[in-house]
Amino acid sequence: MKIGTPKEIFEGENRVAMTPDSALALQKLGHSCLIETGAGEKAGFSDQLYRDAGVEVVDSAEALYSGADIIAKVRPPSDAEVARLNASKTLISFFYPGSSEALMKTASETGASVIAMDMVPRISRAQKMDALSSMANIAGYRAVIEAGNNFGRFFTGQVTAAGKVPPAKVLVVGAGVAGLAAIGTATSLGAITYAFDVRPEVAEQVESMGAQFVFLDFEEAQQDGAATGGYASVSSPEFAAAQLAKFRELAPEMDIVITTALIPNREAPELWTEDMVKAMKPGSVIVDLAAERGGNCKMTVKDEKIVTDNGVTIIGYTDFPSRMAAQSSTLYATNIRHMMADLTPEKDGVVNHNMDDDVIRGATIAHAGEVTFPPPPPKVKAIAAQKPKEKAKELTPEEKKAAEAAAFKAQTKQQVILLAVGAVLLLAVGLVAPASFMQHFIVFVLSVFVGFQVIWNVSHSLHTPLMAVTNAISSIIILGALMQIGSGSFIVILLAALSVFMTGINIFGGFLVTRRMLAMFQKS
Amino acid sequence: MDYGFTTAAYVVAAVLFILSLGGLSGQESAKRAVWYGIVGMALAVFATLIGPGSGLWLLSLLLIAAGGAIGWYVAKKVEMTEMPQLVAAMHSLVGLAAVFVGFNAHFTMKAVQKAHAAGEAITGEFAQLVAHKTPVELSILSVELFLGIFIGAITFTGSVIAYGKLAGKVTSTATKLPGGHVLNASAAAISVLCLFWYAQSGGFLPLLLMTLAALFIGYHLIMGIGGADMPVVVSMLNSYSGWAAAAIGFSLGNDLLIVVGALVGSSGAILSYIMCKAMNRSFISVILGGFGGTTGPAMEVEGEQVAIEADGVAQALNEADSVIIIPGYGMAVAQAQQGVAELVRKLRAKGKNVRFAIHPVAGRLPGHMNVLLAEAKVPYDIVMEMDEINDDFPDTDVAIVIGSNDIVNPAAQEDPNSPIAGMPVLECWKAKQVFVSKRGQGTGYSGIENPLFFKDNTRMFYGDAKASLDKLLPMID
Repeated sequence: MKIGTPKEIFEGENRVAMTPDSALALQKLGHSCLIETGAGEKAGFSDQLYRDAGVEVVDSAEALYSGADIIAKVRPPSDAEVARLNASKTLISFFYPGSSEALMKTASETGASVIAMDMVPRISRAQKMDALSSMANIAGYRAVIEAGNNFGRFFTGQVTAAGKVPPAKVLVVGAGVAGLAAIGTATSLGAITYAFDVRPEVAEQVESMGAQFVFLDFEEAQQDGAATGGYASVSSPEFAAAQLAKFRELAPEMDIVITTALIPNREAPELWTEDMVKAMKPGSVIVDLAAERGGNCKMTVKDEKIVTDNGVTIIGYTDFPSRMAAQSSTLYATNIRHMMADLTPEKDGVVNHNMDDDVIRGATIAHAGEVTFPPPPPKVKAIAAQKPKEKAKELTPEEKKAAEAAAFKAQTKQQVILLAVGAVLLLAVGLVAPASFMQHFIVFVLSVFVGFQVIWNVSHSLHTPLMAVTNAISSIIILGALMQIGSGSFIVILLAALSVFMTGINIFGGFLVTRRMLAMFQKS
Repeated sequence: MDYGFTTAAYVVAAVLFILSLGGLSGQESAKRAVWYGIVGMALAVFATLIGPGSGLWLLSLLLIAAGGAIGWYVAKKVEMTEMPQLVAAMHSLVGLAAVFVGFNAHFTMKAVQKAHAAGEAITGEFAQLVAHKTPVELSILSVELFLGIFIGAITFTGSVIAYGKLAGKVTSTATKLPGGHVLNASAAAISVLCLFWYAQSGGFLPLLLMTLAALFIGYHLIMGIGGADMPVVVSMLNSYSGWAAAAIGFSLGNDLLIVVGALVGSSGAILSYIMCKAMNRSFISVILGGFGGTTGPAMEVEGEQVAIEADGVAQALNEADSVIIIPGYGMAVAQAQQGVAELVRKLRAKGKNVRFAIHPVAGRLPGHMNVLLAEAKVPYDIVMEMDEINDDFPDTDVAIVIGSNDIVNPAAQEDPNSPIAGMPVLECWKAKQVFVSKRGQGTGYSGIENPLFFKDNTRMFYGDAKASLDKLLPMID
């Protein structure tokens, strides 16, 4: 199959869907590659680089569309581009089918297959082709860089001979891929970073990136983010109110605010209101990554940078990835390449558009003349549902003390009872038994007591030597045999002699084996 | 009649024995502690020989020397992996000796009574002691020697069977004669009846009957206990041999016997208790044998066991920073401790953090694994107990399970219906990767399915532990 990449015709778009590197990898899958001349120019890839990688460079978009079987591009196609498709073509690009149904319908009527890179399901297997994430990562990074470009101070705090510089405070709203990338960039520049998200389960990720998670004083069973494929959903009015109150409290302190809150297929929620902007210090910067969908701040102007009356800069660019075209093209081209690898499982250059495959089915929005959007829910859940965490109840110091006292009392009680029972038993025995027996009995009881006290201290690793040693000294029974051997009849002497012999084995064997074992234990 | 010197020597010996046991609290002090025991024993035997046991002292010395030579030879020759068998075998000797000494006490008692009746002179130390007893003391004496013989007989057959099971000469599965515990109970009942009979008549027949019954109990009780419970059994028998010595000490009126018997008895009892606790089972349930009392069907184990070859294990080990090795009885069976030690030396030479995690009931004897690792010259400060190391598994790159099964079974925590539910286990599955060296698929001694083998981060390294290690060692660089 021939894979072709045209020049992006969208104004200001610098990215390209194929790089010389990705072309090499595609050729290994058995495909051949085409590219429109100048397509990679703005991303830093000259035609010559493509030629060196074995890509055929064609002169016009027309030639490309007629020559290629698979068209890979970045932006959604224009009407003119759709018109060039036919039943034998496959288009791979961003499409946003939810908000461009008419275009999708026209595209399906051409009979072409359309794969929307923004519809790749969020499952582990498909992460390598998740272009939304790879672009969001770049957007998050670039948002911080743009903010820094418009912010008149350092990010990091410094104490210099020329005076003390306070660190910048950055608030990131929405801890998705873009938000986390922004957090990482801001913290590594040295800013004090705060982050907020409606999904409390991301607090751990936020903290792992080095930011503080802003918790709300709000009691509500939050919907598990896993139920919605890891994306945020709409929150209740009470929750939204609590959230706005918190932001209002934070607004005067923050130097840079980066909002990334998006809910799939909906207008961006308003999180940063006009009064918050007014409350911010002059020179502060707001970067609204949701500008394309109306913005998290209503003062945001799409694709523009504005300065409010109180000197707050609001950046509403929507082309952050395009501003880093070399990086984003590389990542996007790799996403495309992985998609092609899944489409050509045999690596023989033959595309197998397998509609039973969860990933391919999910991303395909038009196939064989039919609109195939929305896809059926994926068989594999994106993220395993979280188990509700049970928190061990923290004991207050008083409760702890009370518990300790109770345990002490119980222990004392137990010991006293044991002692009392023991004493009573001992007395009872003493009442019946003769004095000579009692003498021995007291020795016996004391020895058991000493034994218990001593043995508890024996370390676990020495239990085998302990057994060997106790075995050896239990041969003390030899004393009995020795006392008997000299007296009485033949049978007594015989039995006593046998006993002496056996215990003799035991004494020597037991002690020697113990010594052998102990000699082996050594420190490193 | 009074031997002031002997009594003094006994006091010193008793103190030395206590110090000897107390010294086992640390590896270094333990080396000194054995000498205390040896000196104590020598002193006790010497004091008895020149005092109350002076009759036929030459014969006694000869016999001790002969027995000592055999003991010396056996102790020199025994492999460390055969330690459990040896200990069990030596317990049986103490048990038998207790039976014989008990019989002798009985014979002497009879002889003294006869002599009294005939008005003849009484010779012999013990005989003179008996002669001075009142009737009440005599009946107490008969109860004491009866008890001594009873416990001694149980210890004897029990230890012989335990030896057979540990040495693989008797099947290690729990087998019971038809009738089960009813047989034990009736044998015990016969013994109690014999006690009354003996106290009444004072004849030898009830004593002999009781001995036979006790021998049967010892045999049948231990036959009914499975191989996995052997640590409890061995320490229990250890305890019995002590109590037998104490009982004999009562009947002979010898305080040193009582002291040492009580020390050994309580030591064995504590060891049994520790072992039972480590398996989360009551002493009674271990003694009565077999696993019982499950409340429902065991959890279904899903997934499959994924095998891995030596090169895969070697690669993971080469990349790992921290490794924990969990040895079990399988390591002892395969004699693989030298290979394990060599592996540890290689890994430690590369600066990796390698440690051992020892479960209290790993192996067939309390502390069995520690001894084997010590034999292979593994430094004891990297050999950790379960409680010391269990929290470290989540930070560990590789956990290697060598020949252990139930002590790493997650079912103990996850499945309330499992026969081992609630038993503390080593949580090795929390490590990033787990390798299990095992002879083949199938369940271990206790016959319980182990979900660990089916976990995603577990790889099965099939084969004899020693052969597997020999394959693995050259690949560690």
